[in-house]
Amino acid sequence: MRHAMSIEPTPTSIHRAPGEAASYLEITDLWKSYGDFVALRDISLSIAKGEFVCFLGPSGCGKTTLLRAIAGLDLQSHGKILQGGRNISSLPASSRDYGIVFQSYALFPNLTIEQNIAFGLENAGRSRAEITARVTELLETVGLSAHGKKYPAQLSGGQQQRIALARAIAISPGLLLLDEPLSALDAKVRVHLRHEIKSLQRKLGVTTIMVTHDQEEALAMADRIVVMNHGVIEQVGSPTEIYRHPKTLFVADFIGETNQFPAKVLPDGQVEIGHSAFRCLTEDFATGDTATSVVRPVDIIPHGAYAHAVNAIDRPTTPQNLIDAEVREMEFLGMFWRTRLTAPRLGERTLVADFSVNAVRRLQIETGGVIQVEIPQDRLLLFPRGA
Amino acid sequence: MTMTLALDFAPPGKRVRQESSRDDRIKLGFMAVIGLYLIIALGAPLAVMLSKSLSTYRFDLAAFEFQVSDETGANWGPVVTAEALNQQLGAITDEELDSSSDGRLAATKFFPDFSFRSPVQYRIRGTSADTAFLAGSTLEKGTEWREYDSGTFRRVVLRPASSLGLENFKTYFSTPALARSIYNSVLMAAISTVVTISIAFALAYGLTRSCMPLKGLFRGILTIPILVPSLLPGIALVYLFGNQGVFKDWLMGYSIYGPIGIVIGSVFFTLPHAFLIILTALSVADARHYEAAASLKASKWRTFTTVTVPGARYGLVSAAFVVFTLVITDFGLPKVIGGQYGMLAVDIYKQVIGQQNFEMGAVVSVILLVPAILAFAVDRRMQKRQVALLSARAVPYSPKPNARLDAICFAFACLVSLFILGMIAMCQIAALVKFWPYDLTLTTKNFAFDLMDGGGWAAYGNSIQLALLTALFGSLVVFAGAYMVEKADGFRLGRGIFHFLAMMPMAVPGMVLGLAYIFFFNNPANPLNAIYGTMTILVVSTVTHFYTVAHLTALTALKQMDPEFESVAASLKQPFHRLFFRVTVPVCLPAILNIAIYLFVNAMTTVSAVVFLYATDTKLASVAVLNMDDAGDIAPAAAMGMMIFYTNVAAKLIHALIARGLLARTQAWR
Repeated sequence: MRHAMSIEPTPTSIHRAPGEAASYLEITDLWKSYGDFVALRDISLSIAKGEFVCFLGPSGCGKTTLLRAIAGLDLQSHGKILQGGRNISSLPASSRDYGIVFQSYALFPNLTIEQNIAFGLENAGRSRAEITARVTELLETVGLSAHGKKYPAQLSGGQQQRIALARAIAISPGLLLLDEPLSALDAKVRVHLRHEIKSLQRKLGVTTIMVTHDQEEALAMADRIVVMNHGVIEQVGSPTEIYRHPKTLFVADFIGETNQFPAKVLPDGQVEIGHSAFRCLTEDFATGDTATSVVRPVDIIPHGAYAHAVNAIDRPTTPQNLIDAEVREMEFLGMFWRTRLTAPRLGERTLVADFSVNAVRRLQIETGGVIQVEIPQDRLLLFPRGA
Repeated sequence: MTMTLALDFAPPGKRVRQESSRDDRIKLGFMAVIGLYLIIALGAPLAVMLSKSLSTYRFDLAAFEFQVSDETGANWGPVVTAEALNQQLGAITDEELDSSSDGRLAATKFFPDFSFRSPVQYRIRGTSADTAFLAGSTLEKGTEWREYDSGTFRRVVLRPASSLGLENFKTYFSTPALARSIYNSVLMAAISTVVTISIAFALAYGLTRSCMPLKGLFRGILTIPILVPSLLPGIALVYLFGNQGVFKDWLMGYSIYGPIGIVIGSVFFTLPHAFLIILTALSVADARHYEAAASLKASKWRTFTTVTVPGARYGLVSAAFVVFTLVITDFGLPKVIGGQYGMLAVDIYKQVIGQQNFEMGAVVSVILLVPAILAFAVDRRMQKRQVALLSARAVPYSPKPNARLDAICFAFACLVSLFILGMIAMCQIAALVKFWPYDLTLTTKNFAFDLMDGGGWAAYGNSIQLALLTALFGSLVVFAGAYMVEKADGFRLGRGIFHFLAMMPMAVPGMVLGLAYIFFFNNPANPLNAIYGTMTILVVSTVTHFYTVAHLTALTALKQMDPEFESVAASLKQPFHRLFFRVTVPVCLPAILNIAIYLFVNAMTTVSAVVFLYATDTKLASVAVLNMDDAGDIAPAAAMGMMIFYTNVAAKLIHALIARGLLARTQAWR
């Protein structure tokens, strides 16, 4: 399966939707159980060639288990995996075609950087000169040419990470697996490497799966995100899809932040939250259903200066989903202000809203003041209660 | 959805099974080989010994029938059983019928007027197929009549019938001299444990919690007893407090031969073990606990009882069990200094070597296994908890100078060092002077081992050979075995059994192992019988005897390696042996060297397992110490003991040099 792959960009479209092209990795009805505990439940997933896919979820959701099943390190109990048309379901790890980078990097401490990278190249009929050339090329690719003779312990975490990556891609694998590759690093290095890995992946065009529990990382890097929880796939989609149109309350809550309110579905595209009716999309619900309504703090629009709208009737309608709210607390977080609001019409619950520094200055929002805010109709999401 | 969903709707199809790779098959093969080694070297001999302890041998007279002819040899008398004959004669008492596996009873005893020159013919047969007797050296069995002339009949002996049961144990417990050994052994072990742990704790406390000077030196002195056989403190005590001892008066009329000598000697040779364990436990102290205690204005004593002691409690318990096990299973010391005071380990030796009663030896062995296994089991539980304690992130504690405390700790360490060095010095002097304490002229005559019984210089050479072979093969087998336990994935059951076997030697006293080897390997039916009486069996028994500590050392080193190395190598399509030789072995080299020196030192000093297994051309230095002391050549025994000490010191130095040289080359990355 080893084909000569240079570090030239390959003409692979990376934004191909599944189904459009023949999938490179096809997972069908995968189960993994340890005794009575089911770690993976009926997973089916298809990944296109050249795609960058993130498995995202809280710890224990099964994302690493799924990755290790693909790698043949922890075999699934049931189910099929096809890679490039070849059935690899029961192959041992050494007979599959992938490179892997672990959170710990697993660099061999007693071998130099060069020897580490060359480890997979030796024993495969390559000449010394070929190996040396390839190692030099890879060191350049990851920008560490000056460090070839050093030992891993002499490098920083970020540099070690890049060496691990170089070692994994040295054998030109068809599939690159990254198991939380950035979580052992400082925040700054992490953001920098995020970008580097992504551009390297684009350049090589290698199909890549990364496991992470960091939603920001997944949103920034992935072509598609697979959100997992309790061993099942909750949603598969592009970062914007996942963020803007979460399919389940879990996805909405796990990716980004949420305000959640119990709601009751009313007729005519309205829901009752607290003492008020709000407009939102209610197509999937019947009148009278109970639901959980969700709105993200960043989606709340401040309309500023107190404009008293008297609504004396029992269930006031709010055509623009406008409510009056008192600013209870304000927290300056650098890029924006996080505010905690209370509105009599929402009941006793606190509404968290993030306002830009600009908006706060312009609208003169301050603790103790009363402002009018809008919950945009299309940003108010409904999910079945208890899901 | 909950976290623990039962598989109520089963997924479709059969469970996927991984195709085995070449690596997997090689690993499986390796594990099978080393597993087989442990079964042959440990499991099987112990099983045989257990069955021996339950076998009783007794002559069943009703099972033999005789027929005697007249002088012509043609006319036969009536058929009589041996039982009937014995009833008339009373030739053999009921007690004499109890026998051992080697028991023989002459058939002529039932015929008082037997004469080997008479023309009378004799017939003998069994009443069952298992009845056995020997005619000369030919074993005969079964219910067929055999006919012998009187010349041959003279050489017919009956063999006892064996039966399974607890008879041996009944006999043991109804023999007061034997049963009392249990009480003696437990008492000695208990007293020695209390004394040793107190001293070791005080020393470890001084080294970790005070600013006393010369800590490195004291640490070195305190490990000296590991380098000498446990016989040596016994010999030193004989010289110091024995009948001609210089300090005999100090004992106020009590004899050093017996409990007093056993306790003092036990403290000497168990002290380093307890000291190192407690030192480790105290070293992991968290400075924050002490700061918290100080900020709460706790008194020194309160800090000691609420922070120091609880922090080291697992270490203390673990050390206590180690000392208890060492004392109760030790054989060399009580043999030299115990006098008439019966101890279990010595009883095994006496039963086997002195009385050739192997079954009773097996019984004592089984009894000796009980406290050792008990101590071992409790200790393992403790160790598991200790791990949890260690994993907490702690700030290392560094003591502050305190003139009074430092002085007290220093004085105490000096006192204990004096005790250790004094014992060694006593042996050194005894080895070098003509006749302690009357003629103190220097001499080398005590080193002329070839003039004494015990094996001479050849024994010393054998010991070096044994130690080198044990270090070499032991570290290979142990490290490969530990690698399989730790790094092979799959074969979970096999690895579990393997690990259990590797942990077992810790609980098996050397005497028990040695005796088990006699039963197992000295059986002509065993195809491995050929190694009996060779250097091979000594190496095998020594590696097995010290397997556990070496195994744990290797395991600790392997556990510190990233568990994903194997996965990375597999993803890079590299065979496991390439990773093993290029990464695993070089990284673990310090641990492997430690295993090798540990095995070397112990092979030099051990007596217990090998004392049953050496042959005339494989006598050992440590056994020579024992035998020369037994023969009354105490000064040469001390001299040989000192030779072992010098050798171990030299080995330690060489080990340090090799380690430094090798590590400079292979561990540049550290």
